[in-house]
Amino acid sequence: MNVWLEKQRHLIDFTLASLARRKTKNLGLLLVYTLLVAVLASLTLFTNALRSEAAYVLAGSPEVILQRMVAGRHDLIPPGYFDKIGRIRGVQKKEGRLWGYYYDPVLKANYTFMARPAEEVADGSIMVGATLARERGLAPHNTISFRSYSGKLFAFEVASVLSPDSELLSADLILLSENDFRAFFEYPAGHYTDIALSVANPQEVRNVAAKLSEALPDSRPILREEVLRTYQSIFDWREGIMLTVLAGAIFAFSILAWEKAAGLSAEEKREIGILKAIGWETGDVIRMKMWEGLLISLSAFLLGLVAAYIHVFYLGAAVFEPVLKGWAVLYPRFALIPAVDGLQIATLFFFTVFPYTAAVLVPIWRAAITDPDSVMR
Amino acid sequence: MRPSSFAFTLLGALALACAAIFAHSWQLTASDQSRLLANQALVSHLGLTDLALFSEARYTRHPSQADLHSALQDHPGAFDHFPTGSLTRPPAHLTANHERLAGKTTSPD
Repeated sequence: MNVWLEKQRHLIDFTLASLARRKTKNLGLLLVYTLLVAVLASLTLFTNALRSEAAYVLAGSPEVILQRMVAGRHDLIPPGYFDKIGRIRGVQKKEGRLWGYYYDPVLKANYTFMARPAEEVADGSIMVGATLARERGLAPHNTISFRSYSGKLFAFEVASVLSPDSELLSADLILLSENDFRAFFEYPAGHYTDIALSVANPQEVRNVAAKLSEALPDSRPILREEVLRTYQSIFDWREGIMLTVLAGAIFAFSILAWEKAAGLSAEEKREIGILKAIGWETGDVIRMKMWEGLLISLSAFLLGLVAAYIHVFYLGAAVFEPVLKGWAVLYPRFALIPAVDGLQIATLFFFTVFPYTAAVLVPIWRAAITDPDSVMR
Repeated sequence: MRPSSFAFTLLGALALACAAIFAHSWQLTASDQSRLLANQALVSHLGLTDLALFSEARYTRHPSQADLHSALQDHPGAFDHFPTGSLTRPPAHLTANHERLAGKTTSPD
């Protein structure tokens, strides 16, 4: 065992010395290889962390949201709708929600207004999301006024700013009292935006949705599992789109790596010829080149993974931010909680380390079995 | 120091760093845990349904609550205004395959 190990160490020593002779070329390859792994791993880590966080926090969203549709579009819930729902077995609570959008010309951004009970937010005051507070320079006890869609000016006192830890959920959120909400948007009395239903037994949710659709054909029940599925698919899709954008770079690197690994230079061929001439066996030459492939690809993979982790979780995924921001003026500041999917990393390992190591072997085997004399000529 | 010892030390250190990455993600810190729980509590208290990542349009701010044909919501045949729209997936029912009925119907196809 020790003899075998010592032999491998000598082979690695020789490989490293050989790599050092073509320092610039090999360091360049290692750098590009590491960058590619880092970008791909960043994408995987970023989308996986967002997916995990969305799944975890949105697990607390209402079991069923009931929207009313008019001509295929979301419309207000009229008075008497609650009575039509009646008593459905399994539904613990029915709550009319009041929320809507407001375009603020000062920031050129949309806010989400949401009504809360009077015991949480008093009339005349609001609670604002941390992103919005930062962009508008708001602090508790400041006064801010908004011109409503009817043209009237409404002044509110900022009661508190929501926790910056919740920016991912509340960046553009303004919580105000029901009275203020109805007055600001001139919402007709007794109308609601939609209805949130609590269902105690998760297995009953689909039955409840089916009963709602039957009792109210103009309604559209949205289940919590659909909300969660929406977010899973959004980030899957986004990851796919980014991979498609990166496909060009991946192919370019594949060509570079294949050319480097599969096409032997005259110098390398001569080196193999000399090694064979001084008594190296074919197996030794192949082993030496396998170590070369493995050392380069393994170093690139490990360096790339560490760089990706730092990029996503400590530098806020700065490379992807412009793509993810879209046109959102109010983009939340958030630190993602590390969530690493072992299977995805293993897949990345398999597709980055193995092909390169394998690509090195074929031409070496071909060169190593030919006559040293003809290789050296 | 032999070159192989140097390479092994370097690779070992990198492998340890990668192992630490896995360990860190599997064992959340107390502050991460409390932040996640606080956010989940906020969602259930306010009845929130979506992340506030893209606030430019109502179908990107609340993708889970958007109309079924949100790209066409402004007027018939309207194109999507926002780049985010091109980065979100079409609803599953639009891309799902219909069941193959060839040869299964009682009346001629």
